[in-house]
Amino acid sequence: MTETRPVRHRPTTTSRLEAGQVTLGYGERAVVKELSLSVPDRQVSVIVGANACGKSTLLRGLARLLKPTSGSVVLDGEAIHTLPTKQVAKKLGLLPQSPVVPDGVTVVDLVSRGRHPHQGVFGRWSKEDEQAVVDALTLTHTVDLADRNVDELSGGQRQRVWLALALAQETDLLLLDEPTTYLDIAHQVEVLDLLVDLNRTRGTTVVMVLHDLGLSARYADHLVAIRGGEVYAEGRPAEVVTEAMVSDVFGLQSRVVVDPVSGTPLILPIGRHHRGAPQ
Amino acid sequence: MSTAQLPSPVRRPVASGGRTGLSTAAGVGLLLLAACVVLSILVGSTSVSWNALLDADDPGHAVAGARLARTFVAVTVGAALGVGGACLQGLTRNPLADPGILGVHAGASFAMIVAITYLGLSDLSAYLWFAFIGAALTLLLVQAVASLGRDGATPVKVVITGAAVTAALTSWISGVLLTDRGTMETFRFWQVGTVGGRGYDVLLPVLPLLVLGALIAVVAVRALDSLALGDDMASGLGRHPARDRLLVGAAVVLLCGGATALAGPVVFVGLVVPHVARTLVGPAHARLLPLSAVYGASLVTLADTVGRVVLPPTEVQVGIMTAVVGVPVFVALIRRSRLGSL
Amino acid sequence: MATLEAVRPDAVTLVRTARRRPRRRHALVIAGLSLLLLGVLTARVLLGDFTVTIPDFFRILFGETIPGASYIVMEVKLPRALLGLLAGMAFGVGGAIFQATLRNPLASPDILGMNLGASAAAVFAIVVLDMAGVALSVAAVLGGIGVALLVRWAAGNRQGPTGAGYRLVLVGVGAAAALQSVIQYLFTRTDVHDAQLVLRWLTGSVSAADWETVRVLTLLLVVAVPLVAWAARSLPVVELGADAATGLGVRPVRSDVLLLIGVTVVAVAVAAAGPVAFVSFLAAPIARAVNAGATTLLGSALVGAIVVVGSDFAADYWMPGGNYPVGVVTGAVGAPFLLWLLTRGRTGRSGS
Repeated sequence: MTETRPVRHRPTTTSRLEAGQVTLGYGERAVVKELSLSVPDRQVSVIVGANACGKSTLLRGLARLLKPTSGSVVLDGEAIHTLPTKQVAKKLGLLPQSPVVPDGVTVVDLVSRGRHPHQGVFGRWSKEDEQAVVDALTLTHTVDLADRNVDELSGGQRQRVWLALALAQETDLLLLDEPTTYLDIAHQVEVLDLLVDLNRTRGTTVVMVLHDLGLSARYADHLVAIRGGEVYAEGRPAEVVTEAMVSDVFGLQSRVVVDPVSGTPLILPIGRHHRGAPQ
Repeated sequence: MSTAQLPSPVRRPVASGGRTGLSTAAGVGLLLLAACVVLSILVGSTSVSWNALLDADDPGHAVAGARLARTFVAVTVGAALGVGGACLQGLTRNPLADPGILGVHAGASFAMIVAITYLGLSDLSAYLWFAFIGAALTLLLVQAVASLGRDGATPVKVVITGAAVTAALTSWISGVLLTDRGTMETFRFWQVGTVGGRGYDVLLPVLPLLVLGALIAVVAVRALDSLALGDDMASGLGRHPARDRLLVGAAVVLLCGGATALAGPVVFVGLVVPHVARTLVGPAHARLLPLSAVYGASLVTLADTVGRVVLPPTEVQVGIMTAVVGVPVFVALIRRSRLGSL
Repeated sequence: MATLEAVRPDAVTLVRTARRRPRRRHALVIAGLSLLLLGVLTARVLLGDFTVTIPDFFRILFGETIPGASYIVMEVKLPRALLGLLAGMAFGVGGAIFQATLRNPLASPDILGMNLGASAAAVFAIVVLDMAGVALSVAAVLGGIGVALLVRWAAGNRQGPTGAGYRLVLVGVGAAAALQSVIQYLFTRTDVHDAQLVLRWLTGSVSAADWETVRVLTLLLVVAVPLVAWAARSLPVVELGADAATGLGVRPVRSDVLLLIGVTVVAVAVAAAGPVAFVSFLAAPIARAVNAGATTLLGSALVGAIVVVGSDFAADYWMPGGNYPVGVVTGAVGAPFLLWLLTRGRTGRSGS
């Protein structure tokens, strides 16, 4: 195996959301250490890494859920933690890992709550609000579920509804923490396709944490590999995903080939029982 | 997430290097207990000398005798609550289990009220049995109610069920007391946990129950260890979780019910003592139970002694003193554990 | 792939209908509950051991004096009914705010020791400070709020998706157990006369209602209405969990503010009527059950009022031995209800 330096191709496009030397953690323990990252505008960025490497923590920091102990996250040139949170919510949407479904809400009711940052004190429901909800339901193919109870939906449908809620927020940036967990492979692909649709049609900047390296390589415009709370490599998937990267970041021997379907890198893991297999 | 139970109180972080040996911990505990007992006999609103206990002509003899009796009660109650609490925590796999929090005291009080108001009993040893039965039934009720529903008896559900049962019974009790002044006068001095004024006449009838409970607990040591692993794992290891649970449950009912009958509601001893013991000797119940007994006895005896002198001229009952000690420990436990998994 | 789906022509209509349906249902539920409340109030004021006809009632209300009836209606029954109504609404709203904010149908202020905080403060004020009247009520309210703040502080902050909600519930239960001990201690410290007074603070009762109490309670609750209305606007977002709420521009501290509003309203009600057991706990789940599962603050308030006024009627006339305080009935009703709630198994969720 050849030792190659990990790539660090900073995006060439502009960036509205940036992390500058942020340290993030819970209590005394720093999980993310002095990390700098620029999220490329109007692209799909995917953050990958092994368990407990800090990728979700990084996303929580970018989404202002976690206040950095040092450094800052900057949105449109201003430190995100100093901005009124409602103002941030008009620019930056968020789909957390395990949102809570309240009892007895219908799909439309839940998705309508995504309009909260756009409503005034008295919360008049406007034509724009209605249009945003209609668009969000249409884009996520959930119009037919509109008056169903969220409790009754399947996992895949429910995830699309949560996505619709984030879309109804009509933000230019959308952050998602493992949007495909608990979904089977078909629903994973469906959700990721929706996000790419959104990126292509509305120019939404998408940042997500994904578990599956293969799907990440397919769907990312910009791939960020995290190791030990630091950026190990970033850039286009074809540059970032190498056998050396998989070994360093995931501690896994692998072969990386070109995916015959998408032309992106495809990772073939090599377990202990497959070493020395025919080339 | 919500369905996951804490593996057990066993998982409490214990630095293996810093674990005290059983002999050291037990030795310190016994010394502590001896000191507490001596203090308990000598200290109070009037001090008596050591001689007064033995010399029948000494003016302090009666006082010393009463103090000795009350010290016996305190030691018994403390030991029973310590062991009972350890068993209860093992049985429910709930690090927050305490007879007081699980509604046992309200159950005992309610049964007392029934005995006094509706059955017209007025004899202290008759109350005892009612308090015992009330405590035992409430314990069974709370555990049964909490295990209803999809996710079983999670620690949070058990705790809340206990609180709700307490609230329901308390409102009944207050309602009855409001309309019945005589009952109120009898009851209000029982319903705060105390070992003062309790002598051998109360201790002796309850003692066999407590001894039986302790014996069952000793027999159930291995059952407790295997319950900590969870039902599936325990079955896999060839145990019978249902039978084990019944055994431990019997010990809990006898010990906690008996202690409550004896002293009234004494909160937080059953919660705090096993935790302290566990940090000293680790989770194995063969070590945990004897140490809990010794430390429980010391705590209640000490609390009783301090209560006699802390707010003169009145006496602060044991139940209040242990609550004062217990609340900070309870809060610390909650803050330390990862409640995402509760 | 790269085109936005054409908006279906019927999508707008579908969304409109779907949005309208729960609103219609809610309006119906509120109307139904209001009627029921009116019925219970009428029964409370007109029926019982002294029956008054409706025309007579209005004559009395407009100042005519009917010997015997005037006194019973104006000085006994009407204030008692109104006190039950107001306290019940406050308990209902407070409970609903707690349960929705903590996302746990079991986490109501009475279970978490907030009522006991007010009771303990009042008992302390009676026994140790010899207080009475307005000072006593103020002590109770401050005690309730103080205990709530202490519990919140002790639960600590936790940066993480589950927040401090679970710890808050557990610390509250522990505080309730400790407060119970404190109350019992104080209870042994009093003489017989005070003991009777103390008991009033341990069990909810509206039997000692007078116009002064009703007036003060009305005033305080009217002041609280805008706060509760504001809370009602935030609840749908706060209900989604701390992370999602932050994403929608509502900071986690908002849930603390909501809880504080809930506690204040409940503490005021406790100061007026004592800790009527289980009303906070029962009201919101019943209101949700008739509202197809969705949280409704107004509905909870109405259910709370119905429960208190109805239970008071039952406690006064239907209980053997007669004349029990209302808290005994609500306590007895609450226990089986808890059982039912637990068997439905929708308790203690922290995620998904």
